[in-house]
Amino acid sequence: MSPDVIIIGGGLHGSSAAFQLASRGLGVLVIERDHVARHASGASAGGVRRVRRHRAELPLAMESLAMWRRLPELVGSDCGFDACGHLLLAESDMDMAWIAQRIELTRSLGYNFEEMIDAEELRRIVPTVAGGIRGGIIARDDGYGNPLVTTAAFREKAVALGAEYLERTEVLALGQGGRGWEVSTSAGRFSARHLVNCAGGWGDRIAAMAGETIPLEVKANTMTVTARVPRFLGPVVGHVRKRLSLKQMQNGTVVIGGGYLGRADPEAGTSDVLFDNLPSNMQPVIQAFPHLASAPIVRCWTGLEAYTPDNVPILGPSEHSDGLVHSFGYSGHGFQLGPICGVIVADMVTQGGTNLPIVPFRPNRFEAAGPVAWGASEGTAVEETVPARH
Amino acid sequence: MSEPYDLAVIGAGPAGAAAAVQAAALGLRVGVLDEQQTPGGLLYHSVTRSPLPRDGVLDDSYWEGAPLMQALLHSGAEYLPRSSVWNIDRDGGIGVTRDGQAQIVHARHVLLATGAIERPHPFPGWTLPGVMTAGAAQVLLKGAGAVPSSRVVLAGTGPLLLLAATQLLRAGATIMALLDMAPPGANLRAAGYLPRALQAPGYLSKGLALLGAIRRARAPVLRGARHLRATGTDRLEAVEFVARGRRRHIPADLLLVHVGVIPNTVFTRLLRIEHEWNARQRCWQPVSDEWGRTSLPLLSLAGDGAGIQGGWAATHGGRLAALDAARALGRINRAERDHLAVADRRALRRHRAIRPFLDTYFRPPSWLDDAAPDTVLCRCEEVTVGDVRVAVARGSRDPNQVKAVTRCGMGPCQSRQCGQPLAQLVAAETGMPEHAIPLHRLRAPLRPLSIGELAALQTRDAA
Repeated sequence: MSPDVIIIGGGLHGSSAAFQLASRGLGVLVIERDHVARHASGASAGGVRRVRRHRAELPLAMESLAMWRRLPELVGSDCGFDACGHLLLAESDMDMAWIAQRIELTRSLGYNFEEMIDAEELRRIVPTVAGGIRGGIIARDDGYGNPLVTTAAFREKAVALGAEYLERTEVLALGQGGRGWEVSTSAGRFSARHLVNCAGGWGDRIAAMAGETIPLEVKANTMTVTARVPRFLGPVVGHVRKRLSLKQMQNGTVVIGGGYLGRADPEAGTSDVLFDNLPSNMQPVIQAFPHLASAPIVRCWTGLEAYTPDNVPILGPSEHSDGLVHSFGYSGHGFQLGPICGVIVADMVTQGGTNLPIVPFRPNRFEAAGPVAWGASEGTAVEETVPARH
Repeated sequence: MSEPYDLAVIGAGPAGAAAAVQAAALGLRVGVLDEQQTPGGLLYHSVTRSPLPRDGVLDDSYWEGAPLMQALLHSGAEYLPRSSVWNIDRDGGIGVTRDGQAQIVHARHVLLATGAIERPHPFPGWTLPGVMTAGAAQVLLKGAGAVPSSRVVLAGTGPLLLLAATQLLRAGATIMALLDMAPPGANLRAAGYLPRALQAPGYLSKGLALLGAIRRARAPVLRGARHLRATGTDRLEAVEFVARGRRRHIPADLLLVHVGVIPNTVFTRLLRIEHEWNARQRCWQPVSDEWGRTSLPLLSLAGDGAGIQGGWAATHGGRLAALDAARALGRINRAERDHLAVADRRALRRHRAIRPFLDTYFRPPSWLDDAAPDTVLCRCEEVTVGDVRVAVARGSRDPNQVKAVTRCGMGPCQSRQCGQPLAQLVAAETGMPEHAIPLHRLRAPLRPLSIGELAALQTRDAA
């Protein structure tokens, strides 16, 4: 076969791009190193969240949310999307001041989706929350989706439109020839005019094969799920200052995240839970919801996710090579952006540009002289996408 | 936090107890983590404090475990009963909960002696109250002296089924029928292995004694039974099956099923140890050498968890693994190890001689022959055979993908029950050989652990 586009990486971002490109009539081949959704797309907490999102990502997140609402007509599945709201708890004056500042920022950018709530409203929404929680910030239209179902839905729709998937196939080398990109893989050579790098934790290696240096750190985030417990929680709950993330699924299980690290081995494609790191993951859960102390854990798992130095993605055309678009490094919060980023990639491939503001995500932005400053955005609290790493 | 153990032994059955006694005798600092209240594992469950009279229900092959378990208690090894191990990491960190307190204990070398589990065998009605495994009934008998007072049917194949039948008969239970589900011709095929089996000590005479006891008790034995089905509204009321071409129906209150045992591989799979398909025993087993060494240098295996060889062989395997662990830890050198190992290696070779005969004679029936679409595969998430067939038809090609789509194996039991049947079903539906379909990935905690226990976990850093 001779596709128009080869997409490296079949996770949510690769499959979203495959869907959009196939629906525009292009021949698409997706090459996946493992099986689809093995890593970030499978270990995602599934947050469909705008609250506390980095300001640079907000225009994309707004468009993406509109797509989340239309997923049944777009890909034939609601992908488990539940607009149950996303709530961050606040305990101190400082926390409340942060919320005021954050809302001022988003209002100044023209957005109205975040709202400060007081203790009374908080207990109306989440009656079981512990005393001492003062209030919070909520985005009532945010929520969560099911990562595995979502990735599968985009993939199935892409395949229905003619895209082909090659799983358990590793890209070994890239080259440029008469017909565009030459991709050598463990399953043979393929060529296409356009190449899209959606390789997640391996995105920097693919970029390196094209001669580009893009700094990337691979981490293993831990997720924990409990047995079914009586319903107590509507919205997804986080904390303005602590690393806390939990939600109750429709089947009653509670899924707990928060960015607590396991051991990542990107070389082997494996990751392991480090239980030593998990007491500090569970303590804030119990502090906010004491009754969860007795909830049995069914399993903990980890998956590899790619983080950039400034915790916003690598998204856009290569500045060095023609016909190469990068889309990876979503730094632990790329799930919500999945639907819209497929559109952006497709715009790049078919039109050479997009109307959405993606300049902050320029793939080659770290090439300026001097060492890369990791975690550069962490000082600007109200722009944070994730709470500061400890 | 205390000093790490030289050797942590997980499990206090025959392999773990023998290993701990041997390792402690060599001066290693040994910790034995076991789930039960007293040592013995499943084979010698409660042997140091069983309420049953010494000469009666259980025969000598049970009571012979008592001296080894007493030796463990006096060996100098730190024996920690009621220890529920829920994780083992690749650095020798062992997540364990004991009396409500979770902690991570550390060991320089880990010996897994976690034994066997009964081979899962889904069939229509297996989740009804009143249906259980023969092994579970034995544990109740050994530990609590509990004898079923009602109408009992036993079904399946394997030495443990015969043993359970004789024990129940002696305890006074009413056995309505013993359904022998071994595939036709298994005994003829096994006959070819008899000469070799005669080299193994004790097995054949023990087997003949079991068959004789069942015959003398005039318990009805029905050979070639197939298409087993448990029926009843809220609990078991009758057992249905086909024997000699005729559909039969036996009213019963208790159905005990057993189709052999397979290695308990939950920890070796969690640790991504290489596994191999044992075609004769139709199960996966971790790859290990005669000393129990695995692809992870600090991890060794002994007993049925390394491959089914039975309790007698397990004690020898346990001692060999302990000797090699002592070598790996620098306590003895290779020549000393080999010298100390002579008797156990010879004994182990003789015990191995019985396996081809037993594995062929007691070849398990395939549960797939009886799988109806509504047969429950995953009890925790209520996934049926039909659900899995739909998932495969829609493109799932391995158990991990089926799990993601159906939630099969995602419940609290962590696929202990449904793991192997799921792989077999996926193999059958995709037309792949059984050994080409891997079991799905496991996730810790492998034993119950609450949010509160994990929040209060004692780690090395915190101490």
